Amino acid sequence: MVERTPILNFFTHLILFAGFVFCVAPFVIVAIAASHNLKDVNDVPMSLLPGSDFWVNIKTAWTTADLGPKLLNSFIMAFGVAAGKVIISALTAFSIVYFRYPGRMLIFWLIFITLMLPLEVRIVPTYAVVTNVLEPYQTIMDLTGLSWLIEKISGVQVQLSLGLLNSYSGLILPLIATATGTFLYRQFFLTVPDELTEAARMDGAGALRFFVDILLPLSRNNMAALGTIMFLWAWNQYLWPLLITTDQSHAMAVTELKQLIPNVGGAPEWHIAMAGTLIVMLPPMIVVVLMQRWFVRGLIATEK
Amino acid sequence: MEKRVTFGRWTIGILFAVPQLILIFTFFYWPAGQAVYWSLTLQQPWGGGNIWVGLDNFRSILANADYWNSITASMIFAGISTGLAMIIALVLAALTDRQLAGSWLYRVVLIWPYGIAAPALALAFRFILAPEAGFMAVVNKVWPGFWDPGLDGTDAMASVIIAFSWKYVGYNFIFFLAALQAIPRSLIEAAAMDGSGVIRRFWDIQFPLITPTIFFLLVINITESFQDSFGIVDIMTAGGPANATNLMVYKIYSDGFKGLDYSGAAAQSIILMLLIIALTIVQFRFIERRVHYR
Repeated sequence: MVERTPILNFFTHLILFAGFVFCVAPFVIVAIAASHNLKDVNDVPMSLLPGSDFWVNIKTAWTTADLGPKLLNSFIMAFGVAAGKVIISALTAFSIVYFRYPGRMLIFWLIFITLMLPLEVRIVPTYAVVTNVLEPYQTIMDLTGLSWLIEKISGVQVQLSLGLLNSYSGLILPLIATATGTFLYRQFFLTVPDELTEAARMDGAGALRFFVDILLPLSRNNMAALGTIMFLWAWNQYLWPLLITTDQSHAMAVTELKQLIPNVGGAPEWHIAMAGTLIVMLPPMIVVVLMQRWFVRGLIATEK
Repeated sequence: MEKRVTFGRWTIGILFAVPQLILIFTFFYWPAGQAVYWSLTLQQPWGGGNIWVGLDNFRSILANADYWNSITASMIFAGISTGLAMIIALVLAALTDRQLAGSWLYRVVLIWPYGIAAPALALAFRFILAPEAGFMAVVNKVWPGFWDPGLDGTDAMASVIIAFSWKYVGYNFIFFLAALQAIPRSLIEAAAMDGSGVIRRFWDIQFPLITPTIFFLLVINITESFQDSFGIVDIMTAGGPANATNLMVYKIYSDGFKGLDYSGAAAQSIILMLLIIALTIVQFRFIERRVHYR
């Protein structure tokens, strides 16, 4: 505070408090609606005093949308994406920053361009690739005459086929195929002093040793930030799981929400819908609250 | 910037990059190329491969009123929700940056909405804004027929905009606050000594200094409004009523996977890609100015 401005301070508090209410109100309303019964939730205006059916509704929503296995699926997927990103981006950034080889800049740009086109935009062809991930390689072999050659020599017809629909790898791998984390690491690696590398090399450490024993421990903050961001991002994915998981046993918690929308003509079971929403909201909320520091740092550093 | 000290053995170096290269080739470059190929060909109904049709797919899309309707809807959505989310966030960030008592609370809480999945918050807002239950029902009781997102396109558009802006206020807030706090305190104090008030200081010192952040957020918000809107639209309105909220990504999804028109969907994807690439190039110019390595 630089000077005394009582009137302005009053308005500052007022506006900030309004912003606070604007942010928190939807959470509160969802929680209250989840505690009402069918009649009370449809009252106009809905009572803002919590009802008594909270646990009953949670249980109904849990069984209606079969949330137990769905939440587990979401966890596996979100964790897989976060872990995959943290590891693969570190490897690539290490390669780009600490080595000089022909085509290094080409690799840098190839990865950088992936930042431009999010999965949602190229959803149709990516889906086609996942129905058979080996199709690109099959096509390349066909076009180059390689499969013809193999057929001539060994008599085996080359038919590469591996469908990833309804599998965790089909869910996870395409979400890892972006550049987000790579540049976070790259920026950090560039700030690591050269003297450290020199000292390590003088002591006889090779590239792998330096990477595992020095660079990775130094990047712990980056890993936490990137992991948090990626976990939330993957948990909140919707379009991709919706397409890939046609089989109920692989469905995600977030896509399952659609089951809870009250149908037109049916009973307006908003209390169940809100209870389900609350359950699906909760895990990312816990991550945001517990990992706030890393979350904010990751958000600003990755600049998606 | 380049490292002075590097490791020899560059074959090992390339190996480190191989996993990511395989991933982006399989799941990025191949599909992107495939989209270009599909957009220029037409799948024959009786099978037997695609036939080359040149730019016909683009022509038929651009001649389609539904597509222009979808573009208009996307632009309206992007414009209003970006404007709302950014202005509200900037006001809140500027006020939080005054660091009055209790400002830590806002720093902590205002980011929460960003952690929520778009479909989850969409379902929450579908209830809050439902015409027959929830809170808009109260308004409807006073003015019957005032609000019905199920029938009125404008109301439906307003609902998806509210839901999206709610999520992105928190996101923008974090960036604005970081930018404001990076401004040296001495600058503000010097201006105060010269007798300029809080509002004057905001317009003459803080606002010019955070313009890079504003441009950056502008691009990010617009790009996100193209992608992150899918879950909101699918849960809240499913593109309706009468295509009023049929945003571009939603149309690609419904044409490609519901209508099974891969060529048309691919052509739409290409147009959207070009749009986003153009935005990213604009953004890149401003990012370059902002990033400093030691």
